[in-house]
Amino acid sequence: MRLGLVIDMDTCVGCHACAVACKQWNTSGTTGPLTDYRPYGEDPSGVWFNRIRHYEVGDYPNNKTVNIPMSCMHCEHADCVNVCPTGASYKRPEDGIVLVDQDKCMGCNYCAWACPYGARELDREDGVMKKCTLCVDRIYDEQLPPEERQPACVITCPAHARFFGDFDDDASEVSRLVRERGGVKQMPELGYKPVNTYLPPRITRSIPTDDVRANTLITSVKDWVNKMVAR
Amino acid sequence: MHPAFSVILFTVISGAGYGLFLLLVAFHLAGIGPVMSHGELIAHGVAALGMITVGLMLSTGHLANKKNAWRSFMRFKTSWLSREAVFAVLFYPFAAIYGLGVLLQGHEVGPLAAVAGAIAAVLAVVTLFSTGMIYGCLKTIRQWNTALTPANYILLGVATGAVAFAAIASVFGNATAMHAGVAIVLLLIAGVLKGIYYFWISRVTGPTINTATTFNRATVRLLDTGHTAGTFLTDEFGYDAGKNTTDTLKMGVFLLAFGTPILVFAAILSGVPAIVAWLGLVAALAGVIMERWLFFAEARHVVRLYHGDQHT
Repeated sequence: MRLGLVIDMDTCVGCHACAVACKQWNTSGTTGPLTDYRPYGEDPSGVWFNRIRHYEVGDYPNNKTVNIPMSCMHCEHADCVNVCPTGASYKRPEDGIVLVDQDKCMGCNYCAWACPYGARELDREDGVMKKCTLCVDRIYDEQLPPEERQPACVITCPAHARFFGDFDDDASEVSRLVRERGGVKQMPELGYKPVNTYLPPRITRSIPTDDVRANTLITSVKDWVNKMVAR
Repeated sequence: MHPAFSVILFTVISGAGYGLFLLLVAFHLAGIGPVMSHGELIAHGVAALGMITVGLMLSTGHLANKKNAWRSFMRFKTSWLSREAVFAVLFYPFAAIYGLGVLLQGHEVGPLAAVAGAIAAVLAVVTLFSTGMIYGCLKTIRQWNTALTPANYILLGVATGAVAFAAIASVFGNATAMHAGVAIVLLLIAGVLKGIYYFWISRVTGPTINTATTFNRATVRLLDTGHTAGTFLTDEFGYDAGKNTTDTLKMGVFLLAFGTPILVFAAILSGVPAIVAWLGLVAALAGVIMERWLFFAEARHVVRLYHGDQHT
């Protein structure tokens, strides 16, 4: 088995619900807590397993906002595991999930240096490295109804932009999506072979912009007035 | 990369210690240079082991969970950090046998102590190589992912060790032209290699914001990182010293780490009292501390691409 996520950059609206759901589930999960620093202070910070960043791709008028949620890619060639001196980091042979044994970690940060995707964050309170577990304490829980045996981020996504499954199974939904939508990997040139795969935005009809606002005498005067008048 | 002072001091001090030990064994056992008195041999050995030990103790300073530090010997098979720890510890019993031989037998050590000394010297170089490979093996940081990284670590350690060796020898009135010559040659090689390194990393290669975000056929700009305050990632990888600072410090590196000690030893060769080698040692250590700080400050991790850098 090669478990991982497919993330659809076409439908992701960048709402951060996946990150919040992740934090809510995992802070009381097996590798919790996800410590917050100064949560009510001026510069609140803390440990997150999932972060969403927002980019502008292309140049106006052919530009587009793309939201990219990123968590552990559960790489096939996980250098974070190879560089770990203590054996705290490991990759499960049965399903490919990369985990940290918190009882063994000495907090040297070396695995975070080896990770190109920023998936690992040191918990400064606990002094150990923390990372996405692919909700390992959820996906195998037989107490839960089968449809809920998925990572918290996947279940919560309101845009249905996240999918969980086995990439080794050609018939799985994730394999089908990667095939049909031309799934892509981040920084493949580094050779980490990330499992998580991103679906590129669909090609849609372009929205005409040339007729939005014609430049007339009146609009020119308005523009000039707006420039001159201070708020 | 955020420059951690505990790691900077560790690599500089223990690096010089390993270099000093290598020079001691080479001069003593291979018979290079003059015969050393009992007292001088002990002074070199104590200084070398002292620097190595202080350095290694400093290295635990950046660990967030020190109680698990002993586990770092566990993954020798895959981790250079683990290999460094194993070799650093393995060095001690061999150095101890050699040291005991010197302590009891003086200059004319027996074959057991001599063999142990030679093995310890090899382990010293292997430890320096492992330290360099901790950084050199990381594909995520192009400024480190080069064969020049372990080469620099070995040569800077051995060169600063040679300066320390001459300085200590001068106290015993035993610093000869051989000491000065060896130090100059090592400093020159280390300096040239560091120059090549700075040239090498000034050429941009590797991943870009395009390959990081998968959009290879369009310009990509960061709109928002998604967080209002700093995170672990921005603290650890976001460090930016600015080009003016790094350029100034680079001049300082060449002036202090290589220029000043070479001039000092050239002066010694032309008749100035050998005790000024200590000036060379102070300059060399200050210069190598700057070099090590730059080594971190100039390293740009690929995670920066996700925070808006177009390239590393």
